[in-house]
Amino acid sequence: MASETMLMMLIVLPFAGACFAALFPANARNAETWAAALVTLGTVVLSACLFPSVATGTPVRLDIEWLPTLGLSFSLRMDGFAWLFAMLVSTIGFLVVIYSRYYMSPDDAIPRFYAFFLAFMGAMLGIILSGNLILLVVFWELTSIISFMLIGYWYQKADARDGARMSLTITGIGGLGLLAGVLLIGHIVGSYDLDVVLDSGDLIRSHPLYLTATCLILLGAFTKSAQFPFHFWLPNAMAAPTPVSAFLHSATMVKAGVFLMARLWPVLGGTYEWFWLTGFAGAMSLLLGAYFAIFQRDIKGLLAYSTISHLGLITLLLSLGSPLGAVAAIFHMMNHATFKASLFMAAGIIDHESGTRDMQKLGGLFKLMPYTATLAMVASAAMAGVPLLNGFLSKEMFFAEAIETHADSILDTVAPYVAVLASAFAVTYSIRFIHAVFFGDRPDDLPREPHEPPFLMRLPIQLLVLACLVIGIIPAVTVGPFLHVAVVSVLGEETPAYSLAVWHGLTVPLVMSIIALAGGALLYFLLRHYLAHCEEGPPYFRRLKGQRIFERVLVFVSWRGAKLVETTFGTRRLQQQLRLLIVVALVAAFIPLYNRGFDLGVLRWGQTDIAFGLLWMVGIACAVGAAYQAKFHRLVALILLGGAGVVTCITFVWLSAPDLAVTQLLVEIVTAVLILLGLRWLPKRWEDTELGRAPLGTKVRRGRDLLLAAIGGLGMTLLSYAVMMRPSPDSISEFFLLKAYEEGGGRNVVNVILVDFRGFDTFGEITVLGIVALTVFALFRRFRPAPDTIDSPEQQRIQAATDEARSDRISGQTVSDYLLVPSVIMQWLFPVIIVLAAYLFLRGHDLPGGGFAAGVAMSAAFILQYLAAGTVWVEDRLRILPVNWIGLGLLIAACVGIGSWVFGYPFLTSYSQYVDLPVIGKVPAATAILFDLGVFSLVVGATVLMLIVFAHQSIRRLRAAKISTTTMEEIV
Amino acid sequence: MIELTLALGIGFLVGSGIWLLQRPRTYQVIVGLSLISYGVNLFIFSMSRLRSNVPPVVSSGAINPADYADPLPQALVLTAIVIGFATTALFLVVLLVSRGLTGSDHVDGREPN
Repeated sequence: MASETMLMMLIVLPFAGACFAALFPANARNAETWAAALVTLGTVVLSACLFPSVATGTPVRLDIEWLPTLGLSFSLRMDGFAWLFAMLVSTIGFLVVIYSRYYMSPDDAIPRFYAFFLAFMGAMLGIILSGNLILLVVFWELTSIISFMLIGYWYQKADARDGARMSLTITGIGGLGLLAGVLLIGHIVGSYDLDVVLDSGDLIRSHPLYLTATCLILLGAFTKSAQFPFHFWLPNAMAAPTPVSAFLHSATMVKAGVFLMARLWPVLGGTYEWFWLTGFAGAMSLLLGAYFAIFQRDIKGLLAYSTISHLGLITLLLSLGSPLGAVAAIFHMMNHATFKASLFMAAGIIDHESGTRDMQKLGGLFKLMPYTATLAMVASAAMAGVPLLNGFLSKEMFFAEAIETHADSILDTVAPYVAVLASAFAVTYSIRFIHAVFFGDRPDDLPREPHEPPFLMRLPIQLLVLACLVIGIIPAVTVGPFLHVAVVSVLGEETPAYSLAVWHGLTVPLVMSIIALAGGALLYFLLRHYLAHCEEGPPYFRRLKGQRIFERVLVFVSWRGAKLVETTFGTRRLQQQLRLLIVVALVAAFIPLYNRGFDLGVLRWGQTDIAFGLLWMVGIACAVGAAYQAKFHRLVALILLGGAGVVTCITFVWLSAPDLAVTQLLVEIVTAVLILLGLRWLPKRWEDTELGRAPLGTKVRRGRDLLLAAIGGLGMTLLSYAVMMRPSPDSISEFFLLKAYEEGGGRNVVNVILVDFRGFDTFGEITVLGIVALTVFALFRRFRPAPDTIDSPEQQRIQAATDEARSDRISGQTVSDYLLVPSVIMQWLFPVIIVLAAYLFLRGHDLPGGGFAAGVAMSAAFILQYLAAGTVWVEDRLRILPVNWIGLGLLIAACVGIGSWVFGYPFLTSYSQYVDLPVIGKVPAATAILFDLGVFSLVVGATVLMLIVFAHQSIRRLRAAKISTTTMEEIV
Repeated sequence: MIELTLALGIGFLVGSGIWLLQRPRTYQVIVGLSLISYGVNLFIFSMSRLRSNVPPVVSSGAINPADYADPLPQALVLTAIVIGFATTALFLVVLLVSRGLTGSDHVDGREPN
């Protein structure tokens, strides 16, 4: 297999495995483990197989174009450093999978666990192998999101939810910072490609944006690696299942931050700013993490703070800007992952077997589980930096670097003391862990009787501890070559000479180590009684809880702050919102005109037409009248609105737009009917007799609204006049005119545009129309009329009363005879309008008309029946099923579109031909007409559906009356 | 002159609509929206410049584009009319449901204090 393919497989395999794992039934614990173990083992093998290619010194690369115009490509790149990390991640992943089989309870949702676990592994490998910085950020965010799922795995527990949310918030903010930083780097370098960026170190460091970019990238790295002051999410993330902690908080998630710092170290590192930023955060994390770890009661809490401390050590090493420091940092990343993963798993075993992780409750477990105890002791010794273990080696290198002077400053001066103090603390908490858990009196009140775990649960720890020992004793033979490849890939020509020997003679670092070991042991001896009974958390710092501060901030930002913003700047009143919208629209229109200048054009009289002027005098009167009457005289306003619509319609005729005129006229009719049907449900309103004596505040408000309306109206007048006075620029319209007949087979260009040239747009539009109609239908199912509108309308009641009063009339006769002659005519018009609709439809391609107009006309035919004879009468005789019309219309339109695929053309390519039919003559037969048929059907369905649901409301009263009478009868 | 007339017409339609949009009763808002949609449709249509008796219905033979009105704004406005009708219907039903649920035809669903 080619190296590139293997590289791709390395990313694809975990994600594919995650999808596969999610499909298992909930109780398939063994099958799940097998699958996950195979996947992780596969990544181990793939990584191992890639070593020969990587060892040559040139990175293995795979580039797939993604968005080349944005400089984005899906590039994978593996050099020695990435290889080392990939190996670490996949090996520890494999071991944790085996361990999880025994740790997870059969009641847990195992498929969800393994699916997220494998996906997380894929995302982490993605970070490591990304050859493009943007791709790296994508995978980075993916780890944040999936770790949220994993930390909150036991979502029924409040602390799991809180911990997950906190880690997502903190690392998510960091991720955004990282994205911004990466964009800046891309801006400086001109490429997001990692190789290009790594070659542009001098350019980046001398750029004015260097500090900003560094701060943003470090924000991402510090949040991810839980560095001070963002460290507090990590202890809270311990609510995760222990296998998750063992994986995320030893080898992967938190290592992503230091990985990134090391990756970009050749580019960003070595400056004074870098030294201070990373050095301060690293030193603080190193010291505080170790100090806090001493005072934890929870084993996992201790390990979490220890992780913060060790990551601080790595950060501090990277801050120094010396190649030897970078070597030590890379080496310590590996060593920490090995011993910390094994310690987390040991903590999980203790928890699993004894039922608690509280070190004040535990004790004397050595006798019950000697193997586990021995393993944990060796791993703890590695954590404390005891000689002959791997932790000792990297710590020695750290001490050697700490005493060197790199940048003359106070931070550099205190570095050796900080280093020794933190190491002493590390010794203290390591001894505490071992002593409190495995020695001393065995308590009687443990929730469970502890015993050794199954062999396979211990095996992963055994292997890791073995690695600690082997690396610690013979480092140069075992890990040396791999480390060297990794170091060379980061440092290149700067790679210093370093020695991985255990014994360097009696050097200053060795003396420091001895002081730390002795001091740490002494400190534990002094503190042991206090620690056995103290409260959770270190003295004095106990009260200062990062978590509390975080939650306060969160509450303030997401609740109080948001509320404050809402009450200060927001309104729930629609009028204010609409007013704001109008102002925004006016300003948005004004700004470009102000900036670019506004020229009204020449005021010339040109073509004068008195009739057109008169027409618009009527139109303007109608518009203003409708505005004036809409509050108290709704019917008048509706008629005036119709008047304005008719004037618009005539304008279309006048100005060569017959299609628009036809459609406008028909829509006008349907809209009027619709609103008429709705009027009945609105409350009655009588005009104020005291009009003109409104309070001053109201007058001022009306004045302001009028001003806004006047500005808007005037603006539209000026704008449209200015446009109309200019000659028309070249547009694609010419193309449509030239090609309509030749290629669309139709003479009516507007129709050809709709159903042929821009058929896809029309397809979208009719879909919208169908959705709106269904929404109207759905909303009306929830409609409950207001109580005062349920009774029959006043006019009907008066007429009914007249019938009652006169002996020669039957009650209800007047109402049923209402508009007798018009309603007979309307019934007779039914076939006539259908013929009209068919006519409009058929001529549409060549003459004004078409599917839209025909559809609206057809629906008018239906609604006239409802108006003439009433809902009940019509529905007894005619079943319209408008929803079927909608579906059929969409189906026809889509099938016509898809049909062109059959002939190898793109979607909605139309074909036209004139057919000679006997008797009728020459008939245009374009596939576009079939598409228009779909449009027609859908418009009929949508319009009729909307009209019918309105019309149906009138029989609500009858139904309600029927229900009430039947209940009355039942009672009687 | 005919341009000025139409421009004034558009201005009054939109102006009346804006006035109604800011009124408190739902019915006023629906009338306002309809008036604005007339104005905006005419505005878009006017982008093709105003010419009489040249509908974009082509005859056979050689075609001179200058002999016909611009069909593109017309096609845009045609769909706008139909979609405008649909949104009017949607707003009408929201208006009625709101009236039924709250008992008030005020835009905020309750009478101002």
